[in-house]
Amino acid sequence: MYSELVMEHFTNPRNVGEIADADGVGTEGNPVCGDVMKLSIKVEDGRIVDAKFKTFGCGAAIAVSSMVTEMVKGKTVDEALEISKEAVAEALGGLPPQKMHCSNLGADALRKAIEDYKQKKAGQTP
Amino acid sequence: MRKAYLDHVATNPLNPEVFEAMLPYFKEEFGNPLSIYDLGTRAKTAIEDARQKVASLINARPNGIIFTSSGAEANNFALRGIALANQEKGKHLIVSKMEHHSILNPARSLERMGFAVTYLPPDKYGIIEPDVLRKAITKETILISVMHANGEVGTIEPIKELSAIARERGILFHTDAVVSAGNIPVDVKQLGVDLLTLSAHQFYGPKGAGALYIREGIRIMPLIYGGIQEGGRRAGTENVPAIVGMGRAAEIAKRDMDKRYAHVKLLRDKLISGIMQTENVYLTGHPEKRLPGHASFCIEFIEGESMLLMLAMQGIDVASGSACTSKALKASPVLLAMGIPASLAQGSIVFTFGEGNTDEDADYVLQVFPQVVKRLREISPYSQGLGDKEAGKCIRN
Repeated sequence: MYSELVMEHFTNPRNVGEIADADGVGTEGNPVCGDVMKLSIKVEDGRIVDAKFKTFGCGAAIAVSSMVTEMVKGKTVDEALEISKEAVAEALGGLPPQKMHCSNLGADALRKAIEDYKQKKAGQTP
Repeated sequence: MRKAYLDHVATNPLNPEVFEAMLPYFKEEFGNPLSIYDLGTRAKTAIEDARQKVASLINARPNGIIFTSSGAEANNFALRGIALANQEKGKHLIVSKMEHHSILNPARSLERMGFAVTYLPPDKYGIIEPDVLRKAITKETILISVMHANGEVGTIEPIKELSAIARERGILFHTDAVVSAGNIPVDVKQLGVDLLTLSAHQFYGPKGAGALYIREGIRIMPLIYGGIQEGGRRAGTENVPAIVGMGRAAEIAKRDMDKRYAHVKLLRDKLISGIMQTENVYLTGHPEKRLPGHASFCIEFIEGESMLLMLAMQGIDVASGSACTSKALKASPVLLAMGIPASLAQGSIVFTFGEGNTDEDADYVLQVFPQVVKRLREISPYSQGLGDKEAGKCIRN
């Protein structure tokens, strides 16, 4: 059902956890539909230096979460905003069609985390 | 890697004795049961012998057994066949919300044809209370269908009480006994049912063989029109090997029932008491009135498909009613009908034992499963669910 890479990320997910002093946090999804992802990022000089996730959901949701945290590290905030759902799915060697919509929450959670970061930053600036 | 197949409610392996009985009918005994030369007569005799064995399993008369291609076909046949044959008497049917798709979807199709259908809600254990049925009956009601046992939560319905209500009011009563027949005692006279569905692969028979029991004297419209097979009630050249297999499986099920029952119940009880040691775990279905090999749970804070995958990676095959597991991406309607919050229903996991399972299988699950739950809870944002107010509210509804 899943690609080898999906199963690998599901079995050994990278970056599980929450960043205590995160610069941005984004939550996407709904447990009623099946999947929820909470993504936190640490930003230094406009560049994402760390990302961690917590996910409630299926194998695809966990693999997507793991992959997106890997993809954002080292990217500038603006570069990270360009990561699409399709790019995450592609990096995982594809997702089953029925999982593309509901389990592919990584890019959306990331966008929310970056918005949160930008808002916090705007609030700090006099 | 150690293997433990614990999804016997999905299907069962073919019993080797059943396989042996079927073999000649794939090879030299290939006759058409309608042919009048010996080859055909022998095939006809084999089918009638199987009919007698299936009838004996449920204490019915052989001529009350109509062979079908599956339990799903038998369920469709019962609903549509009875509705169409009785529509001048009334156009109201009653089914329960615990039913399989092969009851619910024909019921919906009958609604589109102008019939009215009432869907009975279960209690929190999945039981259809007699009073709930009584209140749903109208002058127009022609058929009531409530399953004997539910495959998702294992609950066994009070069919005797429910069918008595139907009989009082002169309404026909059907029960889907697909997951119970061959596994627990099923006696059509004791249950008081007019129609009953069975499926061979649920009791170590082949796939592609089912049957509908129809009490003598009941009019039913065929689902499949054609030749005179099955007394004109189900046309099509018979699947002789499958029917022979179903007969042999029924015979063995009757012979071994007590032994199998005791065996799987022991494993089930061990698994339930072991898994209930984990925190925030709920048994679904009735604690006592349940199938002997059936252990079903909702595990809070995590999702069924990911549990299923992690167990499968360690050789343990199970089922789940979570939205992610279903092709329709919807949480089990049965769990929701029982009042389980949708978020908790996502944590559905179902273990069903069979005769091939051993005590070591139960031990193995009890060794692996708590680790799977722990691991997934570490990944879940709800692992400290109570600290996260919003999430806690959501997951607990």
